[in-house]
Amino acid sequence: MTSLILRTMVRLLLPLLLLFSVFLLLRGHNEPGGGFVGGLMAATGFALFSIAFGSSTARRILQIDPLVLIGVGLLLALSSGLMTLLLEQPFLTGVWYKLSLGALGKLELGTPLFFDIGVYLTVWGVTLTIIFALEEVG
Amino acid sequence: MEIVLPVVIGSLYAMAIYMLLRRSLVKLLIGLGLLSHASNLLIFTAAGLTRSKAPVIPLAADQLRPPHADPLPQALILTAIVISFGVTAFALALAYRAYRSVNTDDLDQMKTTDA
Amino acid sequence: MIIFSVLAVFGLAFLAPPLCRLTKEKSGWWLAILPLALTVYFLSLLPGLARGQIQSISYLWSQELGLTFAFRADGLSLAFALLISGIGALVAVYAGGYFGTKVPIGRFYLWLFFFMASMLGVVFADHLILLFIFWELTSLSSFMLIGFEHDREEARAAAIQALLVTGSGGLVMLAGFVLLGQVGQTWELSTLFLRGEGVRASPLYLAIVILILIGAFTKSAQFPFHFWLPNAMQAPTPVSTYLHAATMVKAGVYLLARLSPVLGGSPIWLWAVGGIGAVTMVLGGVLALSQTDMKRLLAYSTISALGSLVMAIGIGSETALKAMVLFLLAHGLYKGTLFLVTGSVDHECGTRDVRELGGLGRLMPYTALGSTLAALSMAGVPLFFGFLAKEYLYEASYKAGALWLILAVLGALLNVWIALRVGIAPFWLAGSKEAELPKKPHEAPWSMTVGPLILGGLSLGLGAYPQILSSVLVSPALSAMAGKAVEVKLKAWHGINDILLLSLLTLGLGVVAFAIRNDLQRIAEQWTVPWGLDTLYRRSIDGLFRLASFQTRLLQHGYLRYYLITIVVAVVGITAGGLIRWGGGALPHLSLDLRFYELGIAIIIVLAGGMAILSRSRLGAVAALGVAGYGVASIYLLFGAPDLAMTQFLIESLTVILFVLAFYHLPNFAQLTPRRERLRDVIIAIVTGCLMTIFVFVASGIQIHPSISQFFVENALPLAHGRNIVNVILVDFRGLDTLGEITVLAIAGLGVFALLKLRIDQRSARAGKTTQTGRKGGDQ
Repeated sequence: MTSLILRTMVRLLLPLLLLFSVFLLLRGHNEPGGGFVGGLMAATGFALFSIAFGSSTARRILQIDPLVLIGVGLLLALSSGLMTLLLEQPFLTGVWYKLSLGALGKLELGTPLFFDIGVYLTVWGVTLTIIFALEEVG
Repeated sequence: MEIVLPVVIGSLYAMAIYMLLRRSLVKLLIGLGLLSHASNLLIFTAAGLTRSKAPVIPLAADQLRPPHADPLPQALILTAIVISFGVTAFALALAYRAYRSVNTDDLDQMKTTDA
Repeated sequence: MIIFSVLAVFGLAFLAPPLCRLTKEKSGWWLAILPLALTVYFLSLLPGLARGQIQSISYLWSQELGLTFAFRADGLSLAFALLISGIGALVAVYAGGYFGTKVPIGRFYLWLFFFMASMLGVVFADHLILLFIFWELTSLSSFMLIGFEHDREEARAAAIQALLVTGSGGLVMLAGFVLLGQVGQTWELSTLFLRGEGVRASPLYLAIVILILIGAFTKSAQFPFHFWLPNAMQAPTPVSTYLHAATMVKAGVYLLARLSPVLGGSPIWLWAVGGIGAVTMVLGGVLALSQTDMKRLLAYSTISALGSLVMAIGIGSETALKAMVLFLLAHGLYKGTLFLVTGSVDHECGTRDVRELGGLGRLMPYTALGSTLAALSMAGVPLFFGFLAKEYLYEASYKAGALWLILAVLGALLNVWIALRVGIAPFWLAGSKEAELPKKPHEAPWSMTVGPLILGGLSLGLGAYPQILSSVLVSPALSAMAGKAVEVKLKAWHGINDILLLSLLTLGLGVVAFAIRNDLQRIAEQWTVPWGLDTLYRRSIDGLFRLASFQTRLLQHGYLRYYLITIVVAVVGITAGGLIRWGGGALPHLSLDLRFYELGIAIIIVLAGGMAILSRSRLGAVAALGVAGYGVASIYLLFGAPDLAMTQFLIESLTVILFVLAFYHLPNFAQLTPRRERLRDVIIAIVTGCLMTIFVFVASGIQIHPSISQFFVENALPLAHGRNIVNVILVDFRGLDTLGEITVLAIAGLGVFALLKLRIDQRSARAGKTTQTGRKGGDQ
C-alpha cells in the first residue's frame, strides 16, 4: 500500500482531518459533532496515514502512545465528574462558568466540555490502539 | 419510509442471523456487523421517523419547536455504534489470536481445543 | 447493650485465631471469659425482667424496605441466651482440653464464636428478616463445624447434608416470613404479637404455618427431617454438645415458641406441631434402640427431646408451655453434660461403643460423677431438674388427652433407657475387659471435667431448688409465649399423686427395658428399614448431580451455532408469543409517504447485505458490509440525525480498514456447512427476519410509557447550556452512561492490544509444540 497518490493525499488530509476533528469536538455542544465523532475523525486521519506510511511513521508523527491517550481521556472524563464533588453536588453534575469577553460576547465553560474532551481522547486512543495493533501484528 | 424500513430491518436481521450460524469465524464477524446495523435501525425506527430537522436548538431561538427528531434514541444509537466498533475490533483480534493458536477458523474444530 | 453482646461475640470470633496463637494451650480458658461475662450480664437482666422491664433497641436500616436492626430481650430470649452463653463458655473451656494443640484450633474457635454470635442474634432479633439472616448464619457455621475435620469424607458429606436440609428449610421459612410480614403488615415481632387474631383469620394463615413449620422442623430435626442430626455427629464432640444438643437444634423450638402467640391456638397448630412433635419424640427413642455408639444414641435422644419440646408448644396450654421452658433448660443441662462426657470417654478410651465400655467409674471419677448426675436428671429421678420438667410435661399431656399422655410416657421411657445406657452403664457396670480398649483410660484433664461437673451439678441443684427460677426466668419466658403476664410458682416436690406414680412407673419400666437391652437391640436391628429418608436424601443428591452433568453435556456441547440457534429460537418464540397475545390490535397508521431516493437507499442496503453474505471473497463481503453501513448512515442523515450519520460514516470506514488489516492474517472463506444445514439456517434466518419486520411495524405504533425526550429537549439549553441535544444527553444528562461506555471501549482497546501485541509466554509456548507449527502454517 505505498501508492504515491495515497501518500500525497494523506499528507494533505491528515492536518485537515485533525483540524476538523477539533472543530467537531468544540462545536459539538451546540451543533452536530462532539467527542465521539471528533475522536473518530482524528483516528481516521492517523489510520489513513498509517496505511500509507506504515504504523511506525504514524506513531512517530503522533509522538504519544495511543494507550496514554486512553488513560488521559478516561482520567479527564472522570475528573470532570469529580470536580463537582468539591461543590458538594452529585457526581457528574455540570458546572458552568460564564466568561465575558467584551465585544466578542460570552464564553461558557463547563465541566461537560472537559468530559467531552475526555471522550474525544479515549475514542481517539482506542481506535488508534486497535489499528496500530492490527497493523503491527504478524 | 415507515413501510420500507421494517422490511430493510427484517432483511438485515435475516442476513445477520444466517451469517452468525456459519462455521467460519470471519463470516460470523460479518454477521455481527449486519446485526448491529439492524439493531440500530430498529431503535431508530421504533422511536418514530421524521424527516424534519435535527434535535439542535437554533442559535437564534431559546427552545426547539416541533417537529424535530427525537434526540434520545439518537444518543442511544450513537453509543451503540461506537461500542459495536469496539466489539468488532475485539472479536477480530480474538479471531486472529484463535486462528494463530489452532490454525483453523472452523468453529466446530475450535470446540475441542480446550481439552 | 444487647446488640453489643452479639457484636462482641462476632468480634471475638475474628480475634480468636490470633488469640489462640498468643495463648497456646490455655486458649480455651481465655476465650471463655467473654461468654462467661455475657452469662453474668444476662443473669443481671433477670431481676429487671421479673419487674417487667424488657430491654430492646432498634436502629433504622432501610426506611423504604421497612428494615430495622431491632433487638429485644424478653424472658424467652434470655432463657435461650443463658443456655447459649453459659454452655458456650463451658464448651470453649472443654474444647481447649479436647483438641489440645494438634488441630488448627483458632479456626475452630472462629466458627464456634461465629455460631454463638449468630445464635444470640436469632434469639434476640425482633425483626423477621434479621432473625432469618442470623438463622442462616447458624446453618452456615454449623456446616463449617460439622465439616471441621474436612479431610474425612463422611464429615464433609454430613456437613453438606446438614447445610442443605437446614439451609433450604430456612429458605422455605423465609417465604413464610414474607407472607407473615405481608399479612401482619410489619416485620417487627413485638408488633406482630398484637396482631395474632388478624393473622390467624387471614386466608394465608395455612400457608404461613406450613412454610414456617418446615423451617423450624428442619432446624430442630423433627420428623421427617430428623435424619441429618445423627449424621451431624461426625462433628467433633464439643460441636455436637453445643450446636446439636444444647443450642442450634433448639432454634426451631425457639421460633415456634416465639411465634406461638401469633400463630398458635388453632387446631392445625395443635395437630401439626403437637402431632409431629409427638411422633418425633417416640421415633427418636425407637430409632435409638439399635444404636451402640454413645454419640448416636445421644443424637436420637436429642431428636426425641426436641420432639417433646415441639409437642409441648403444639399443645400450647399454660402447663405445656411451662413444661417446655423447664424441659428446655433441663435438657440443655443434662444433654450438654452427657455429650461432654461422651467426648471425654472417647478421648480417654478411644471408643464410644457402649458394648465395649464399662467400669470407668473408678478410673474417671469426676467425669463419672457429672455423667451420673446428668443421667439421673435425664431419667427423671425425683429431685432432679429433669424430673420436674417431666412432671409438667405429663401433667400437660394428661390434660390434653390420653393419646398425648401415652406418647409422652413412651418417649420418656425410651429416654430412661438411653440415659442408663450412655450415662450410667459405662461407668458403673462391668464392661468388657479394660485391656481391649484402644487406650488405657484415665481421668480427663481439668478443663474437660469442669463442664460436666458444673452442668451436672446444676441438674441437681435447680431440680432441688426450682424456686430460684420461678419468678426471674420461667414466669417472664412464659409470659412472652402466652402473650400475657403469667405468674409461676415452682416446687421440687408436688406430693404423692397420679403423675408422680406415672413417673415412677416410667423409671421402673425403663430399668426393665435396660435389663433386656440386648434383646431389644436385636429386635430393633431387624426393624431397620433399608429405605430411610437418609437414603432418599442420598438418592436425590445423586440424582441432582446426574441431572447436572446430563444437562451440562446437553447444553454445553461447545457448538457455538447451536447455542446461537437456541438463543435465536427462544427470542423468536417469546417475541412471537408476545405478538400473538397482543393479538394484532390496530396496526399503526402506515404512512405511504415514500420518496424515490429513500427507496433507492433501502434497496442498496438490502442488496449490499445480500452481497456480503453471498460473496465468495472476503474483501467483497467486507466492502458490501461497508456499503450497507453507508446506506444506514444515509438514512440517519435523511431523518434528522446528523450526529449519527457522521459517526456511522466514520465507523464504517474504520471497520472496513480493520477487516482488511485483519484479513491479511486470516484464511479465506470456506464452504463448511452441508447443504441441509444451510437450508435449516436459511429457514431460521428468514423466519427471524419476518418476525422482526412485523415487530418493528407493531412497535413503532405502540407507546407504553410517555416519552421522556421532551424533558431533555426543554432543559438542554437552560440546564446544560447546550444546543445539540444529542450531545447534551451524552455528556451531561446521561454522562455516567457515557463514562461507562468509554470505559468499556477502553477495555476493548486494551483487550485488542493484549491479544495482538503481548507474546505468548515461554511456558505456554513450550507446552504446545503444535501451536508453533500451527503458527507457521498460518503465516503461509
